[in-house]
Amino acid sequence: METRSVGFLGFGKYIPEKVLTNYDLEKMVDTSNEWIVERTGIKERHIAAPDQATSDLAFNAAQQALVNAGITAEDLDCIIVATVSPDMLFPSTACILQDKLGAKKAAAFDLSAGCSGFVYGSAVASQMIASGLYKYVLVVGAETLSRIMNWKDRNTCVLFGDGAGAAVLGPVEKGYGIQAIELGAEGKGGPSLYMPAGGSRKPASHETVDAAEHYIHMNGTEVFKFAIRIMVRTTNHLLEKTGLTKEDIDLIIPHQANSRIVDSAAKRLKLTPDKIMIDLDKYGNTSGGSIPIAMCEAAEQGRYHKGENVVIVGFGAGLTWASMIIKWQA
Amino acid sequence: MSEQSTFDKVKAITVEQLSVAPEDVKMESTFIDDLGADSLDIVELIMAFEEEFNTEIPDEVAEKIRTVKDAVELLDKK
Repeated sequence: METRSVGFLGFGKYIPEKVLTNYDLEKMVDTSNEWIVERTGIKERHIAAPDQATSDLAFNAAQQALVNAGITAEDLDCIIVATVSPDMLFPSTACILQDKLGAKKAAAFDLSAGCSGFVYGSAVASQMIASGLYKYVLVVGAETLSRIMNWKDRNTCVLFGDGAGAAVLGPVEKGYGIQAIELGAEGKGGPSLYMPAGGSRKPASHETVDAAEHYIHMNGTEVFKFAIRIMVRTTNHLLEKTGLTKEDIDLIIPHQANSRIVDSAAKRLKLTPDKIMIDLDKYGNTSGGSIPIAMCEAAEQGRYHKGENVVIVGFGAGLTWASMIIKWQA
Repeated sequence: MSEQSTFDKVKAITVEQLSVAPEDVKMESTFIDDLGADSLDIVELIMAFEEEFNTEIPDEVAEKIRTVKDAVELLDKK
């Protein structure tokens, strides 16, 4: 069956106003600006206002993406929200967003794949469109990680931030758009990065609250090694699938977890810094939000040109990874 | 594998990963104090050792590696 070419038609992002700098964190936990910058590249992150939930961040990003794609909410066939910090366990944040947007004909669901979530969601959306099932799908990566952060744990609380990015996917000129996709998971690594309680395994109780089990728990070393290796491996797989070489990559937009991960992987891939999109110094790791925010910023900076090859790579909780190579359509 | 060749490999990886001069990498050099590595550099070094020697170094073992000699002795046993 002939399939349609699918690409990214427009981006939006929303970053909460409140800034939390490394200097602010020095007053909260035993850390220093120098330590955080050297080991992560992060200088500041943004924190959602007390009355803002993930769907509120998602809504602002989504509205901007719709404008930039030149469509309205009524045109949307489906909404996918990638998040690990939903408004609530159910209904899905995507359904809450569907209502806020007034996207009456859109199907809506959340997708849980950690920091790879936006790329997973874009992969699902692309196949819905390629097959002819849908025309326009909104994919949002949105997080209020500040709500699941242990602000007494200096190993994690310096790393993350709040924010949302959104993209409208739809048909593009034949031969352009998404050229190859790789999705992967390594479930045995799950305990390296997880939230222990609040689900059916450990429902919320006084004990789980006292034990700080409703927060992000991470084995930094394990995740660091995984991230570097998988970013290199999955990028190489994309090149194999498409017959392209490293020299053909014009821009790579990695998950914005830690500049040391990105630098190390880029060195192994022999990619020069001018080909790498980085914004984690301003936002920290926004998990599902990270890649669409960075993709939106790349668009704002005019970094996409017709025919160029753009690689996006996510890696995170699950453990999961997801990558795509896109031949830019305009 | 002779100790010399393991040392040469460890030295080459250390020079590459930490951007230090080859003459500064001696058997008794400590990665952190003498060669300026931080905790993430150590993780990257361990990864490079794992790849070069086609082995896995568990965290609890990796944590005990302080000097070039520690690394050479560990990798010689592999």
